[in-house]
This record gives sequence, C-alpha cells and structure tokens, in this order.
Amino acid sequence: MRRSHRLNLAAVAGIAVVAMVVAACGSGGSSSSSGSSSSALTASAPGITASTITIGSHQPLTGVAAPGYDEIAPAANAYFKYVNAHGGIFGRKIVYKYLNDQYDPTITSTVVRQLVLQDNVYAIFNGLGTPTHLAVVKYLNSSKVPDVFVASGCECWDNPSAYPDTFGWQLDYVREGKILGKYIEQHFKGKKVGYFFQNDEFGQDGVKGLDYEIPKSQVVARESYNPTVTNVAPQVTALKSAGAQVVVSFSVPAFTALLKLTSLKLSFNPQLVVSDVGSDPITLAGLLAAFAKNTKAGFGNSLTQGIITDGYLPSLGDTSSSWIQLLTKVHNQFIPKLPMDGNVAYGVAVGYTFVQAMLKAGRNPTRQDLINAINHGIPQGFSVAPYAYSSSDHNGITGAYMAVIKNGALSPTGPVQVTTTSPTGAITTYSATQPPAPASGIPSP
Amino acid sequence: MTLARHLAAAICVALVLAALSVRLGSYRDYQMAEVAAYVAAVAGLTVLIGLSGQISIGNGAFMAIGGYAAALLLQHLGWPLELVFAASAVAAALAGAIVGIAAARLRGPYLAGATLMLAVALPSVADQYAGVFGGDQGLPVTITTPAFLGPTFPPTRWLAWLTCATALIVLVLLANLGRSRIGRSWRAVRDDEVAAALAGLNVARLRVLAFVVSAGCAGFGGALLAVVTGIVAPGAYTLTLSIGLLTAAVLGGLGSLPGAVWGSLLLVLVPTYLTNVANSHGLSGAASSSVPIAAYGVVLIVVMLLFPAGIQGGLRRLFGPAAPAAAVPINALRRRRPASEHQEEGST
Repeated sequence: MRRSHRLNLAAVAGIAVVAMVVAACGSGGSSSSSGSSSSALTASAPGITASTITIGSHQPLTGVAAPGYDEIAPAANAYFKYVNAHGGIFGRKIVYKYLNDQYDPTITSTVVRQLVLQDNVYAIFNGLGTPTHLAVVKYLNSSKVPDVFVASGCECWDNPSAYPDTFGWQLDYVREGKILGKYIEQHFKGKKVGYFFQNDEFGQDGVKGLDYEIPKSQVVARESYNPTVTNVAPQVTALKSAGAQVVVSFSVPAFTALLKLTSLKLSFNPQLVVSDVGSDPITLAGLLAAFAKNTKAGFGNSLTQGIITDGYLPSLGDTSSSWIQLLTKVHNQFIPKLPMDGNVAYGVAVGYTFVQAMLKAGRNPTRQDLINAINHGIPQGFSVAPYAYSSSDHNGITGAYMAVIKNGALSPTGPVQVTTTSPTGAITTYSATQPPAPASGIPSP
Repeated sequence: MTLARHLAAAICVALVLAALSVRLGSYRDYQMAEVAAYVAAVAGLTVLIGLSGQISIGNGAFMAIGGYAAALLLQHLGWPLELVFAASAVAAALAGAIVGIAAARLRGPYLAGATLMLAVALPSVADQYAGVFGGDQGLPVTITTPAFLGPTFPPTRWLAWLTCATALIVLVLLANLGRSRIGRSWRAVRDDEVAAALAGLNVARLRVLAFVVSAGCAGFGGALLAVVTGIVAPGAYTLTLSIGLLTAAVLGGLGSLPGAVWGSLLLVLVPTYLTNVANSHGLSGAASSSVPIAAYGVVLIVVMLLFPAGIQGGLRRLFGPAAPAAAVPINALRRRRPASEHQEEGST
C-alpha cells in the first residue's frame, strides 16, 4: 500500500509537469476593447493574440450524424483560410479547432471543456447538433464563452435572458415547420399527413411549427425515431397503416434515407416533405446508394426525385448568384475534394457570418464585444432572408423558399417567405432582393 | 490498525491532490475529476474480478444506474450532494444484488454473457421512458460551487476536490474490505470453491456480496461522472464504457487498487492525448478521429505484452519486492494463488 502511494505521487507529478507546460503556453488577460484602426493589435481576450483568433467547435466527424455534416466544419475552415489569405481579420488569422463528438452529448461535454479550459478558445463557433449542444449551453454561458451560430435550428438558443452568450444561426425549426406546414396546408388540402421526426428538441420544435399551420384533423400519425436506433420499420409501418399520403420528416440525412428505403421496402410511397436539415440532395443520394448497396449511376437521384423541401441559402444551381460564385471560388481553392453540396454551402455561409460579426466586434475585441456586435444586428449575407439578431432575439435566419429536388439538385418553386416563431406570426413573402456578395469575398467592417 | 494506516495514507494523498489541483490548470482539474470518477468504478470492478474471481462486462450499466439516480435526485428532490452520492451507490448496489443472485449460478463465459446483456440492454430503457429519463438527449446535472469557497473559486477545482475525495473514500473502504474477513473469504472462494465451502464459507452469499460491492462502487462512479460531465445520456453508458472499465482493471492489474488508478489514468488521458497529437499534425477530420482509436489499441497491446500482470504488477516486478512489514501478509496470500496468475514470481 505504502509503495503504491509513492507511485501515484510519481504519476501525478508527471501530469503536473505536462500541465504547467500547457498552462505556460496559454494566453490570458482581458484588456479593454476596440481602439482606433491604427492602434496596436493586443491579446484582448482569451484566445486572441496579436496574430491569431482561436475558436473551437464540436462536430460529428464519425457516427450516425457524420454523413454530410462532417463537411460543414472543413467548409467553414476553408472560408477562414480564404479570409486569412486575404489579410485576415484586422490582420489576425483565424485558427479553427473542431473536435469530434460523434453526435454524443457526453463526448460533447468533454471536448467543449477541453476547448475552453485547455485550448483557451475565444468562442465556440457553430457547435453542431441539438442534443449535443444542449449538453454544453449552460456551461458556456456560465463561463461567459461566446457560443455563436450553433449548427441547429432549435428554439432553445433564442433565450437571451438565460443564455445571453448563445446565438442560433440557421432557420429555426419552428419557423421552418411553419413554412413547410403552410405549404402542405395549401397544396395538400384534405390529404392525410404523417409526421416522422427525431425524438428530441430538433424534431419536437419542427412539429410545433407544423402544428401551427396544419389542421390537427389532417394529421393521422406522429412517429418519432431515436438517432441511435437505425431500424425505422415500426415507424414506417405505422405511417403506412394510418394511410398517410404526405409524410413530413424532421430528420438528419441518414434517417431521411432510412425512411425512404424502408418505405420502398414496405411498398409505401407517400409524398415526402423533408426539413432542409435532412434533405441535401447530394448527401441523400450518396447515403441512399450506400445503404441500398446499389452503385448504379443515378440510383440515389432517382429516389430523391420529387422530395419537397425548403432552402435558406441560394440554390447551388443558381450560378448567376454572386454568392454561389464566391462559394465555388472558396470550394475550388481550398476543399476541391469535398462535393459541392448543401453542407459545404452551409459551412462557408456560417463562416462568412462569423467574419461579419468579428469585424463588427472591433480591432481588439473582448468576448463581450462579440456578443454586443451580434446583439446590434448583422447585415444579411449568404442567406436569402435577413437575420433576426437583436438584444432580445438570438435567432438567426428568418425565412426560406420552398423547393423540390429535381435530378439531384434543389429547384426553388416559390418566393422567399419570412415569419416569426410565434403561433400567430404571419408568413409573408419577402420581396427585397438579396444584396450581392462583396467583390473581395470578404465582408466590409 | 489497518484502518488507521489506510486513513492516514488517504489523507496524505488527499493533501497532495488538493495541492496539485491548485497548481494545475482548470482543464487538468477537470481531467482529475474525470479520472476520479472512473477510479471509483474500476476499483469496484477490480475487486470483483481480482478478489472474488467473478467477471462482469456490465458495470457500465451500474454506472448508468448511479448516474441517472444522481440526476433524478438532484433535479426533482434537490438533495445535498453527499446524500445523492450515497443514494446513487445504494440504487446501483440494489441492482447489483439482483444481478448477483442470478450471477451466483453462472461461471466464466456464461457470467460474462449475462452481464454483457445488461450492458447492452439497459441504456435503451432511457429511450423507452423518454419522459422520465430524457431519451437520447439525457438529463442535465448541475451542481454549484459552495458559497464558503467564495465567488472566484474555479468550479473545476471544486469538481476535482469533490470527486477525488469521494473516490478516496471508496478506495479506503475497499482496501479495508479486502484485508477483512470478507476479503480473505473472497480469495478463498476464488482460489478453490470446494475447499472454501468445506471450510464453512457460504460461497453463494460471498459471490453475491462481491457483486453488490462492485455495483455500489460503479454507482458512485456513475454519479461522479454525471456531476463531472454535467449530463447523463444513454450514449455515455454503452457497451464501450463497460469494456473500457474492464480494460482499465486489466491494464492496471486485477485485484490491485493502485492498479485501478493507473487503469483509469490511461482510460482518460491516452485518448485525449492521442486526439491532440492527431489534430496538431494536421490530419483530416476523419483520419484524426480514427487514429486515436487505433493508437489506443496499440497502447493496450504494448502494455499487455510488457506487463502481463498489469501496470501495478509490472511495477512491482521492476522495482523488486522490497519487503516492508505491511507487505508480508499480502505476499503470504499471494502464494496461495494458482501458478498461472503470477508470472512475476516465475521470472524472478
């Protein structure tokens, strides 16, 4: 016993040495903010040095949510590399460190503490997933770490009094549910509607929005799935036996693919309406081909044909859009090996928003300066609808257009519609044209 | 006498850990807390396997019971932490008693199979009753740093203190139990059941008791881990965790409490360290997330090749059997083990 304690001591002493080295490398300090444009660059906040801004994220790089979503962080990083190559943010380069949480909330909890406590990041940027990010949102706010542009449309991020440092980014699921719901209510009058959704706040928020618009009497089945259980036959059977003619799905891409394939197996062929989150045509086609073990060219696209969805970024097929041209430039230069799909567009777009916010936060920003900058509003960028950001609203994009998947690409079928998250908030057509992308590809401060 | 010695040792270690937690940064404190949570669970498992000779691939499930008990008690009843920890351990121990009664009839691979089933099945209960257990999203576990430490006291340091203190209490209790009549009886049952029964020991009751103790420790570990990570979710208590615990016990050295500490250190530090290395070498996302898993496997193989008796066994061999008075009864006991279990004596 006595000897073992001595050995324990040796072990902890070893850790102590490592830790002190790590601590010595970290930076600290919290001097005040934003001087004039000529002032020297200082280490104005944790994670900010005279030459770098270090930010972190948790992403599903492996596991059930990885297909498609694992492209988002590399795409955002590609945009940061583009910005770094063009002078950075006030001369500082962005260092983006994203860790794999496998879409498992417990791992999220650990990796985010590693990023905050060990890597000393300035902010957590675009942490992906509703169940995962819910595990750390309290921690980040109690530690006063900016938690910006969460990659999830859960309404949970819009809670400025409880979570002053957290901001959503993408179209929230309640707004999206309302826009999809209104379309179904108008175009499938009297048809039987079935819901298929992820059994957490992601799916539940979507259902909330759908229920605001679709008459209750029209909904014949509400089936949910758990992302850890890949057999969805029971749910599809229930949808089929309820006679659903339209199935609305709030699912991650892998489960949209499972829904489609399982339906085919049970010779059930309803009209699918899928949330933007689970409907990227290229990701879906790849997953469908992989799950069905069918390598025939065009197999995946033949199955996605006719799926109704929505989009809040310009359609990838719209090559005349200056935003798609910027996206193509970034993609070809930094991530040519990744497919040019909705996930890559998402990553570049959210990266653009972060650069907008950092430029507004000032030359030598504190953490609070970034929060204040977003609270004062961010001008519309990549997205087709404006942001909701204000000190009382931490939601992001406020609207989308309806679209249908044709030959493996998103084809818009209607104008951009914007709405609010309230049950009574009207859904209106947004008529202003989207401002073009800056020629340099970098937002002006 | 033994109790006094163990207590004195524990207090010394506690002082060293407290000093360390002040010197180390927040993240090391957090890892210290994580290690302490695993130590509690691995110590229980190593006693079960090393002393009573039973195997369990289901201790992750007992950790889940402890973790969920802690989360529910904190959320709904707001009990003080020490009560929550004790109640979580009791809840897991009760489950351990039930499993133990079934397990007392099983041996070797059959026992492993039965406990494996527990590890696989239990997490899905959380999905089945999502209203109570929060489904895949799990339940939040929030604790506050006590007010007397002041508003600027780092929360991670408090976490480290809390978990290390609890883990030390568990270790002291287990160390005493191992030296007690019960511990000796366990060894007797492990070495020869028939002989133990002939000597008047109630073999079945002893085996169940070992399961109860092991499950109780896992319950402690689960409650601690819940407090450390701030969440209980089924994803944390998969089969991987149960096998991880077993790995840590074997790597550290079966039956050795210091070994449980070594095993837990490996379990927590190696994957994090490897991920950092992989990331800093600019590997792509997919590669950097697979490399640590592969490298972890290599580490396991290397340790087992170098130290077949676990790290603690290997250290004992390397640094020679210096014979302080306290070690004599242990050596006397070791001589009664079957020859296959201690290569270190064959090679010296």
